[in-house]
Amino acid sequence: MKNLIAFWQILKKDINNYYLKPPNISWGIIFPLSWALMQLLRSPGEVWIKELLPGLMAMSVLFGTTSMLAVTITFERRARAFDRLLIAPVRLSTLVAAKLSGAIVFGIFNAFLPLIFGTFFVSLEGINWALMLIAVFLLAALAALLGLLVAVSAREVFEAQTLSNFFRFPLLFLCGFFLPITQLPKVLRILSLGLPFTYGADLLKGALLGKFIFNPLFSLALMVISCVLLFLLCQRSIAKRWIL
Amino acid sequence: MDIVKVRNLTKRYAEITAVNNISFSIKKGEIFGFLGPNGAGKTTTLKMLVGLARPTAGQIIIDGIDAVRAIKQVQDIMGVVSDENNLYDEMSGFENLCFCAALYGMPRAQREKRARELLQKLNLTAAAQRPFRTYSRGMKRKLTIAAALIHKPKLIFLDEPTTGIDLESARLIRRLLKKLKEQGRTIMITTHYLEEAERLCDRAAFIVKGRIVQSGRMAQLIKDSAAENKIKLILDGDLEMAPVLQFFAAQGIRVHGVEEVTPTLEEVFLKITNTERGGDN
Ligand SMILES: Nc1ncnc2c1ncn2[C@@H]1O[C@H](COP(=O)(O)OP(=O)(O)OP(=O)(O)O)[C@@H](O)[C@H]1O
Ligand SMILES: [Mg+2]
Repeated sequence: MKNLIAFWQILKKDINNYYLKPPNISWGIIFPLSWALMQLLRSPGEVWIKELLPGLMAMSVLFGTTSMLAVTITFERRARAFDRLLIAPVRLSTLVAAKLSGAIVFGIFNAFLPLIFGTFFVSLEGINWALMLIAVFLLAALAALLGLLVAVSAREVFEAQTLSNFFRFPLLFLCGFFLPITQLPKVLRILSLGLPFTYGADLLKGALLGKFIFNPLFSLALMVISCVLLFLLCQRSIAKRWIL
Repeated sequence: MDIVKVRNLTKRYAEITAVNNISFSIKKGEIFGFLGPNGAGKTTTLKMLVGLARPTAGQIIIDGIDAVRAIKQVQDIMGVVSDENNLYDEMSGFENLCFCAALYGMPRAQREKRARELLQKLNLTAAAQRPFRTYSRGMKRKLTIAAALIHKPKLIFLDEPTTGIDLESARLIRRLLKKLKEQGRTIMITTHYLEEAERLCDRAAFIVKGRIVQSGRMAQLIKDSAAENKIKLILDGDLEMAPVLQFFAAQGIRVHGVEEVTPTLEEVFLKITNTERGGDN
């Protein structure tokens, strides 16, 4: 019960303080939107837009979530407000989960923006909504965990920002968000197969377009396992690096 | 009964030994002063006690629980005022307090009631709805103290609580601490204001370069340090002291009173810390 109250209030505070602030909301929107417009101008057409949609959603998630969590946590740590959480009788895992949840909710919200935008141009018939939700959730969780990993490594806010970008941009191209991984050069393709985002993006693509590269069950399992492993890794490094 | 027991506590950072094999205990219901010059290891020790730093070696027992191993089990009885005013800039004073209360699992109605109560106690009611960022330094300090008391902790750690605040507020805080002591809470405090420590603390330890060099009851510490007793004579008229000391009885001078003067804690502090540092200043 105690942990639950703390969890909920941390989540609520983060959403109010960070995620609902206009400049931050725009982070997850502007970049994917401009990307989409760029692609649309190049080759308009209904099929093309629909093909573009899953990649845009995944991108929104990645851009809205990773750096937001990394930056806000680093910021709180710099201001030492994070100490408040560490001196409270709240389990470290609850704390980490609360921090992640804010970013995940924000990521999911971001994912739906391109989708809403897309409804103006294409019909959304034939979408596997349940699978899409699961895929978006897992992608958001993974992106949030990546942000947390960045936060664990960074000391300064600008470091957190730079490190997030260092991960985000390559992921964009390596994980089949837009460019099918089958078209990647061999070395990069092997690399992409080792990245869990690849499977999340494929799940999302499958949910929207009905075409999978990997078995969806396999992708699901792999995503879940990756999330759990990353969570444990983050929790361990936090205990080690934040309580000096 | 000792509520805090520290045995052979050491904290080493890469090349610095911040805390070097210290032992002390704090009795339930007392105010314990932790005094020493800058960089002595006070903050580092407090951080280890509250769970913000991990000891390199040694033992910490708080309320009978091994706090090095199971810090989360004792954190609900502890209130912590760290050396910085670490609340959330974008939240109001009231919101900050409510948030801190929630971290201790307090239900909403109780959180808000307690927050209002503390804001009033610390004369911050007028600023309650303003963002923390707009507070003056002293107001920030007071809110930080309020945040530490929000869940009525039995054991309170304060790292320089009165640094940067005006006389009036400092007095308010000292009164508050005394009242908390009367209620049976235990307090550990660091401060550079020795008059404050002298007035407030039952016992104290002096730490220099990571080692405790002296500790004990405040009165005893002061008495022990008074190796050479001073006598203050209150005399009639404007007289030379030297002949008076030798002859005043024989000379038939009327002595109004003789008063023993004990050194102030400040003098004790300087003496202890200077000999330990090799008297470099
Ligand atoms: N995170 C850290 N990494 C390396 N050294 C540290 C760290 N924290 C503290 N120290 C060192 O440990 C020593 C003790 O510092 P501490 O902050 O405990 O002193 P203090 O007694 O609180 O001093 P002050 O009165 O200035 O607050 C100092 O030499 C300081 O430089
Ligand atoms: Mg200090």
